[in-house]
Amino acid sequence: MSKAKPLGGRIITPTLFICVIFTGFFLYFAVQRFVFGIGSVTNLNDGFPWGIWIAYDVVVGSAFACGGYVMALMVYVLNKGEFHPLVRPALLASMFGYTLAGVSVFLDIGRYWNAYNLYLPWQMNFHSVMFEVAMCIGTYIFVLWLEFSPAFVEKWHLTKAGSFLNRIVFALIALGVLLPTMHQSSLGTMMLMAGFKLDPLWHTSSLPLLFLLTAIFMGFAMVIFEGTLSSRIYDLGDETAMFSKIARIVSWVLGFYMVIRFQNIFMRGELGHAFSGSFLGNMFLLENVLLLVGLVILGAEKKRSNPQALFVAAVAILLGGSLFRFNTYIIGFDPGTGWKYFPSVGEQMITYGLIAIEIGAYTVFVKFFSVFTTHTPVKSNQKERIPHV
Amino acid sequence: MKIKRRDFLKGAAGGLALLSLDADDSHARSVQALPPEALGILYDSTLCVGCNSCMPACKKANNMDPEFSGNQQIWDNPPDLSSKTLNVIKRYSNGTAATKDVEIDGYAFIKRQCLHCVDPSCVTACPVSALIKDESTGIVIYNKHACIGCRYCQVACPYNIPKFEWDDPFPEIVKCQLCHHLIEDGGMPACCSVCPTGASLFGKVSELIVETRRRLQMKPGKEYDFPVSSLNSGKSHQYKAPKYLRHVYGKEELGGTQVMYMSAVDYTKFGLPSFPKESFVSMASGIQYAIYKGMVYPLVVLAGLIFMVKKNKSEDEQRKNNENNEPREGNHE
Repeated sequence: MSKAKPLGGRIITPTLFICVIFTGFFLYFAVQRFVFGIGSVTNLNDGFPWGIWIAYDVVVGSAFACGGYVMALMVYVLNKGEFHPLVRPALLASMFGYTLAGVSVFLDIGRYWNAYNLYLPWQMNFHSVMFEVAMCIGTYIFVLWLEFSPAFVEKWHLTKAGSFLNRIVFALIALGVLLPTMHQSSLGTMMLMAGFKLDPLWHTSSLPLLFLLTAIFMGFAMVIFEGTLSSRIYDLGDETAMFSKIARIVSWVLGFYMVIRFQNIFMRGELGHAFSGSFLGNMFLLENVLLLVGLVILGAEKKRSNPQALFVAAVAILLGGSLFRFNTYIIGFDPGTGWKYFPSVGEQMITYGLIAIEIGAYTVFVKFFSVFTTHTPVKSNQKERIPHV
Repeated sequence: MKIKRRDFLKGAAGGLALLSLDADDSHARSVQALPPEALGILYDSTLCVGCNSCMPACKKANNMDPEFSGNQQIWDNPPDLSSKTLNVIKRYSNGTAATKDVEIDGYAFIKRQCLHCVDPSCVTACPVSALIKDESTGIVIYNKHACIGCRYCQVACPYNIPKFEWDDPFPEIVKCQLCHHLIEDGGMPACCSVCPTGASLFGKVSELIVETRRRLQMKPGKEYDFPVSSLNSGKSHQYKAPKYLRHVYGKEELGGTQVMYMSAVDYTKFGLPSFPKESFVSMASGIQYAIYKGMVYPLVVLAGLIFMVKKNKSEDEQRKNNENNEPREGNHE
């Protein structure tokens, strides 16, 4: 078993350069938002108070960032030590995903200077789903940085901090499993309150369970997606064997999800609505067809040991899961007063900028800190090698 | 050890099962009741003549500027509720719009404002208690010093009432607060005190409900006394009773509201949705409550997780130490 170590190599790459440009756009529109108000940058309105900053950056983005959660669950709770090499890359992606979700929330909330009220006991509203989500995500960002901090310890030889971390690390990992379980399901509970504004294809009391399950299989799918890309780009060697084991778990979770999803729609008598050919019905079908494609590929033992098929399945699952979450937060939402919403250019630039920061920071971090465990490179994988990305 | 882990997994599965429960099974939270001294407004659409005098009175009482629409910049003329308008009179009209309070070829007025729900979604939704329901008057009050501007109240409100100042770098949530600053000084909401016909009538909700019963028993066409401004103002007008719908909007909708409507024209014509008696709040927070009450489940799960992680982690380290003692082949360091 080889140890994780920094990749080294050139820091300034074309990828990083593109990321920096988008970060520039992000900064421009962020300044505009703080000077002239949210309305000057976004198309948000009183009917659609939440747009892509919540639906993508927080709701979908945090599901993409569930890799750290599911890998910690596998390795430390279910004791599958064989996946150990995947934990740290997943944690790093989760750390950036959640941190930038936090940044996005800070841009989105209108009265950010009052945010400290969340921590004043006499202001806390324990009935509020938003309160629980805010506390959980806020704490989890902190936990993720601590979970990842052994990489900092190794880099700068902080022996004192390291031994302290070692003493509390099991509590951190436990929190790192509990908190996402709580807030990922609560992201579903959140939209129950929308009541009649949310289409019945998505408004169901099973939303918390559906959101938790999507978080789990999207987290796994992200590990496969990211792992496939980085093992190609950074010549980490062939990890397909590990991914196909994960894929098997995904197929079970996803299968369970699909059964619940359709049983729920059927029991509530909404199946006709789903197949009615209406826009929302089609969105529902599209969301589930994407997931089904993933399920069919991963369900077949032969397919899931093929890296290309694995990658296609992971992408389909990520898209399907994201569409489910988008549908629940924006597309299936209709306040019923003629309001319309489509994200403005500035709004989109903030989101693209956050994604760019995430990718850029990731590429820098893996070169500086011990993230990846290199296997003996398999020669055949080096053919399509892209140097210095 | 193995058994303990299985027990834990069972517990976790139980927690998941709870998540998927239907709202009806998990009613751990009691639905809010109407405070006995609750204050409200009874708006009678059949008495409203559409003079709009309540609108500038509202602006004046709340220090707000006029809002213009169309080409004119002369007088307050908001098309709907907004961050600049807490109260608006809207008009339904159909066909020739010849007769008042008739659905076909007729017209009618409706007053839109915060209805001050008995079980308000916005109050449950707000993470920092910036929206609270006054314990004695039941008025839903906004505290800008606590508000973080997350706008969950806007998502949660079934009547789309809270508005947000989108073009202000220091925005606030804006909604009718029933002129509680005037009520504290012994007054009443500005819209009711200026209403010339008694269409907007201020009073205790319990007494307003009695008044709705009186009106529902009136014989259409016969003359009756209708109080003006408030139930105990002593002022009244005589009108011929209209043909009321047998439905007071807000008496039961989503657990009830403190501002209620009476009308001769169906409420859906005014864009008021028909709602069940149970509020969406009780569904969401019923589930939330069943899982998080006293934080018992989360803490039990956390304890289980800590136990398992600690065990697995130390096994893991032992394995690693053993490996380190053995000679390594092809190492990277």
